[in-house]
Amino acid sequence: MRIRCPFCGERDVGEFAYLGDARALRPDPGLPDAEERFYEAVYLRDNPAGPHDELWYHAFGCRTWLRVTRNTLTHEILAVAFAGPNEAKA
Amino acid sequence: MRYSLLNLVRQAFSGHRDWQPAWRDAAPKPSYDVIVIGGGGHGLATAYYLAKNHGIRNVALLERSWIGSGNAGRNTTIIRSNYMLPGNEPFYEWSMKLWEGLEQEVNYNSMVSQRGVLNLYHSDSQRDAAARRGNAMRMHGVDAELLDTSDVRRMYPFLDFDNARFPIHGGLLQRRGGTARHDAVVWGFARAASDLGVDIIQNCEVTGFAREGSRVVGVETTRGTIRAPKVGMAVAGNTSRVARFAGLHLPIESHVLQAFVSEAIKPFIDGVVTFGAGHFYISQSDKGGLVFGGDLDMYNSYAQRGNLPAVEDVFTSAMALMPAIGRVRLLRSWGGVMDMSMDGSPIIDHTPIPGLYLNCGWNYGGFKATPASGWCFAHLLAKDTMHPVASAYRLDRFRRGYLIDEKGVGAQPNLH
Repeated sequence: MRIRCPFCGERDVGEFAYLGDARALRPDPGLPDAEERFYEAVYLRDNPAGPHDELWYHAFGCRTWLRVTRNTLTHEILAVAFAGPNEAKA
Repeated sequence: MRYSLLNLVRQAFSGHRDWQPAWRDAAPKPSYDVIVIGGGGHGLATAYYLAKNHGIRNVALLERSWIGSGNAGRNTTIIRSNYMLPGNEPFYEWSMKLWEGLEQEVNYNSMVSQRGVLNLYHSDSQRDAAARRGNAMRMHGVDAELLDTSDVRRMYPFLDFDNARFPIHGGLLQRRGGTARHDAVVWGFARAASDLGVDIIQNCEVTGFAREGSRVVGVETTRGTIRAPKVGMAVAGNTSRVARFAGLHLPIESHVLQAFVSEAIKPFIDGVVTFGAGHFYISQSDKGGLVFGGDLDMYNSYAQRGNLPAVEDVFTSAMALMPAIGRVRLLRSWGGVMDMSMDGSPIIDHTPIPGLYLNCGWNYGGFKATPASGWCFAHLLAKDTMHPVASAYRLDRFRRGYLIDEKGVGAQPNLH
């Protein structure tokens, strides 16, 4: 499996560290149902068999966080982008 | 037909032409008392104990492929009960006790071999942790022995004791642990369940649930609708996929775990040895192959195959622990899809949907749990109450904060 880092180019998966589901975002603790939202964000996962948005860290490269869309049935990398607040512009 | 020496001799005289198939390959009936989804060890054990312990024999066991084609045939066959936490240890010890009587119970040679499981430690702090775990086990009435270097040297003189980075200081030994022949466990439970009237239905994939209001009243399958007032899921890595048919959102991620077997060599390792400075475990099958494995690949996967960084990590650990196997050639490697839970411990519980029951979250430790998982899941399906040794395995423990985190790594499933 290779991931095409937008900064470094295509690199072996061994250079990257995996965090997990990119959609499990920290909720706003000020919301009235924050407790329930935290439970869902920390513990519940869609765990799809197919395209999955996930966070990878290019630990042995440029050390940026990436949002990768990868097919969990085939390991095919479908899309890679910088993660974070400027992700839309990257 | 019962397997016995007498029957073996009798069959020998008739040229072994009269042996019967071990179980009936049944066609689905329109309805049952209980449906168990998943023809792995856990599902088959559940069906068997439903019939044996609770007299519920009108049971369908549905398997989308052939029985034992998933993780039941992909594990490294280790059985042990060296857990520490109160929610876990009574359950795994009950499983160990069931292993000890399994072959007589189901009249099938599962090759249960209590050859000992040795967890090595490599530092003072690891020795403290091993002593603590051993003490916790003994307080639960389970055998555990803390060994020092010379004890381990007597057992396995070929280990790299003076490794510069990871010297071996000793190990925690559970002599009652060991291995069992995984396929024979599947076949044994299948045969015993089938003899009691359970319908084992292969090539029957669940594609949805039949609902009446909020209740689950059966399943839709590739072989038609099958109805039952109670449906139990024991589908391991595919838990999230099947649960989605019922609209359930679960604390489970599916990850790939690779395992390996070498060419057959002469008897070399007579127990199970685990490395304490990395994730690596090894034993030798009765056929002679070294059976070993290590960490997950770390990313979500349903692929049943992994990548080379995880392979390299396992082999590096092997060489750090026992350089003697460096020239043994690899015969096969494979991957299985693990139902990793958010605290590393399983779930055997009701779901919020009436009529649907859940057995999942076995991480990469499901094989050793096979008999007790079936025992406790059958208890739940039959009596609608948690079995006492599995009472901590609640689905709502994540919401309530009662996690059973044996490793203490938090809600990061790939690290359990």
